[in-house]
Amino acid sequence: MARCCNDFSRTDALRRAVAEAGRGLPAIEPGMPIPAGTGLTRRSFVARSAGLALAVYGGGALLPRALEEGIAAAEAAGPQRVLVSVFLDGGADSLSMLYPSGDPLYRKLRPKLALPESSGLAFAEDDRLRWHPSLAALAQLHGEGKTSVLPGVGYTGADQSHFTSRHYWEVGATSERITTGWLGRYLDRVGSPDNPLQGLSLESRLQPALATARMPVSSIDGPDRYDFWTRGVWGEVERRMLDAVGSLGRLPTGGDPALAQATGTARQAARLREQLLPFVPKNDKSPGFTSPVPYPDTGDDDFPRRLAGLAAMLAGGLPIRAVALNAPGMYDTHDDQPGELAAGLKLTAESLLAFQRDLEARGLADRVLVHIWSEFGRRAKENGSNGTDHGAAGTGFLIGSRVRGKMIGEFPGLATLDKDGNLRATSDFRGLYSALLEDWLGTDAEAIIPGAKRFARPAILR
Amino acid sequence: MKEMPAAVYKGPFAREQAERLLWRAGFGPRRGEAEALAKLGLDGAVRKLTRPRAERFVGAAPHDDKGRALAPTDAGGHDHIWWLDRMVRTSRPLVERLTLVWHDWFATSLAGVGSQKLMLNQNKLLRSRSLGSFETMLRDISRDPAMLLWLSGTENTKWSPNENYARELMELFTLGAGSGYSERDVREQARALTGFDSDWRRGVGPHNFRFEPKRHDSGTKRIFGRTGTFNWEDAVRLCLRHPAHPRFFVQKLWGYFVPTALDGSTRRSLESLYRRDLQIRPVVEAILRHPALYTGPRMVKPPVVYTAGLLRGMGRGIDTTSWAWISGMAGQRLFMPPNVAGWDDERWLDTATFRGRWTTANQAARAFSVTDKQAGSISGDPQKLVAAAIAFWGSPTIRPHTRDALLEFARRAMQDANQSWKRKSYPVLVTNALRQLVAVSPDLQTS
Repeated sequence: MARCCNDFSRTDALRRAVAEAGRGLPAIEPGMPIPAGTGLTRRSFVARSAGLALAVYGGGALLPRALEEGIAAAEAAGPQRVLVSVFLDGGADSLSMLYPSGDPLYRKLRPKLALPESSGLAFAEDDRLRWHPSLAALAQLHGEGKTSVLPGVGYTGADQSHFTSRHYWEVGATSERITTGWLGRYLDRVGSPDNPLQGLSLESRLQPALATARMPVSSIDGPDRYDFWTRGVWGEVERRMLDAVGSLGRLPTGGDPALAQATGTARQAARLREQLLPFVPKNDKSPGFTSPVPYPDTGDDDFPRRLAGLAAMLAGGLPIRAVALNAPGMYDTHDDQPGELAAGLKLTAESLLAFQRDLEARGLADRVLVHIWSEFGRRAKENGSNGTDHGAAGTGFLIGSRVRGKMIGEFPGLATLDKDGNLRATSDFRGLYSALLEDWLGTDAEAIIPGAKRFARPAILR
Repeated sequence: MKEMPAAVYKGPFAREQAERLLWRAGFGPRRGEAEALAKLGLDGAVRKLTRPRAERFVGAAPHDDKGRALAPTDAGGHDHIWWLDRMVRTSRPLVERLTLVWHDWFATSLAGVGSQKLMLNQNKLLRSRSLGSFETMLRDISRDPAMLLWLSGTENTKWSPNENYARELMELFTLGAGSGYSERDVREQARALTGFDSDWRRGVGPHNFRFEPKRHDSGTKRIFGRTGTFNWEDAVRLCLRHPAHPRFFVQKLWGYFVPTALDGSTRRSLESLYRRDLQIRPVVEAILRHPALYTGPRMVKPPVVYTAGLLRGMGRGIDTTSWAWISGMAGQRLFMPPNVAGWDDERWLDTATFRGRWTTANQAARAFSVTDKQAGSISGDPQKLVAAAIAFWGSPTIRPHTRDALLEFARRAMQDANQSWKRKSYPVLVTNALRQLVAVSPDLQTS
């Protein structure tokens, strides 16, 4: 191989060789640099909490220091419980997710949209209700005692603006002024200053519920996609360049908030890159991770893949505490509700069922709880565009091996709608958050949810 | 009531100030543009932006990766790069920047409209009204086909009112949440806004958008405490005459140009300028002349502004469609805002969008990346390597601390060159790495 060889062909050769581990490497001129993140030996270690082998490519010196530290810290603290927050964006229709099939009022308010009596499975805890046919996967988990339903969750005097109501849910209070998310404040209280993975937004953008005041949090599309390739840079110069990103992240900012944001992001990106190095595929053919169970195969929606990546990261022992992501689908169904709603709910429910099975297969199911929410439900009366307008109380779910599996609050019914014709709340989201903080995450809710004392805590765990 | 005029910046107006103005009111300077603008002084520079001559396009026409002309109304992603090209090549950067502001203000998404042609028609509307009357703009946007599809306007009939547009008209476009309207006003406005219709035909999609009197609810409505048989034009006018509107308008517009809160006296001055006849230009001029823009803190550049600015600085045109998906990674795919509230300007930067910006910088520079073939012409002196990497992007202002960090990287990397092949190759690798580091530095992410 000539000294002036194209750096891509060398990188490719190395990456191919690693994929064919054990078969030896092509001859490389002594002194030639190795592309960062590519190692010559294959080393595996067992993430003790998971009992599952995670392959890490790289010699001891190349094993990311941060990963070891992160795992060490997480192990020292004992396996952390994880809360996964899944958002149905737009205000999902309660009266479709669990519908009062036999109620004549339902047929009257929803002459076009009412779901057929026979199409959905019966809901065992309230014989007035049936599951939306697209939520069969959730009904299955409910049958196993692994899903709790909140059939009327919200707050009194519901704001019908998407942005205001969503903000209330994200900050955990009916206040416009709070700028940190409720999970962000939890992380500010229990998190660590050098672990961006503790709060993980599985999105291309930060989920506001995770917005912290002090601690770093991260957002990624998937653990296997966090690389920083640069044309014409490799080897030790590439490693120095990536270190320099961290240096740019430590530059003084003179108190300028935008500069502080830019440097902070560079610092966190540099750290996160180290943490996720084991998940970045070594070539086009080798996946960054594999899953023990099948997930729904979708064309262009990343939701199942993100959950699969999350399970792999947890199995790898990465120190993750709170996760937030959007469910697939569009729930602001002012027009043409049936098709849009069914597609979104189906992919959401089937992906979450696969995620639960994945966690069970990996022995992680006792550590993870999923919360599904939306900013409000929809108006009881349909609007005539084959859709529904904004409403008040919505439907939420908790999923996990440890959840109690019993309804939280009751179905509010159609006979007692509020003055705007919306469902009334029978449980308060701040009470739910307080219970999640205290019973699941083991921290003081009063330090996180303003006025937490005022809200009754539902029993959420078995 | 007579208000004092808003404060005007009185400090030096040199290259640095002109550079900031070009970033805030446009997409950053081309080579030499900041110096030329600085010579005009503050007033001359602001007028050049707000009262531009006829539009010219500078540089080569855009094309896709195979050299073909763009098909912005048809081909996926071409809508994005068609507009990005205007941002890069226009001689009227403020008009283009304001078009982006109005796209965010009246955030309409291709995801709900389903027609690039209708999205581009709306884009043309926003551009043509960008510095004119907000009343005309709001009237036009209220019957714009893309908006009628996006917020259910053509679904809103007297038999079954749909509140979608009525609510956002008040909450996001004119008054602000919780500003002097009730749920009843939302319902009554929805009735006033009934009557729009369109046809649909296979192969054509929605077309023939029109007002259809028989679909309109001509009954009496009560809106903001007034009673009348209001129609869509009244709905628009009632919002614009609502006492909460001027304040909402100037505060929201200010926020696109200046990151600090609008103080009470400036706000009142801007409101008074705006109230005269609801014109946009005088308010923008007052904001661009205000001291807070020049002496206040920096702003994070929106992703497309960052991208267009890199291309303007290096003098590269649009020659790839990759910008559409890369911009999406950085958090801003044009014509696809996340929702009707637009993009969140407080949260452009996180670890995912940082990687998008990294990819942006790599995409911009990779066509020019140097190889061992050029090794003979590149000096190994760290100082010179850093200076050349900054010049590559059109010589943006870099703070001394940042320059020191770049220099430190170059020095260490060159110290590693302890073999003959490394001494030859490392200036090449370091050149490519420094270009990348300059582009992702906090200095270039903000203005």
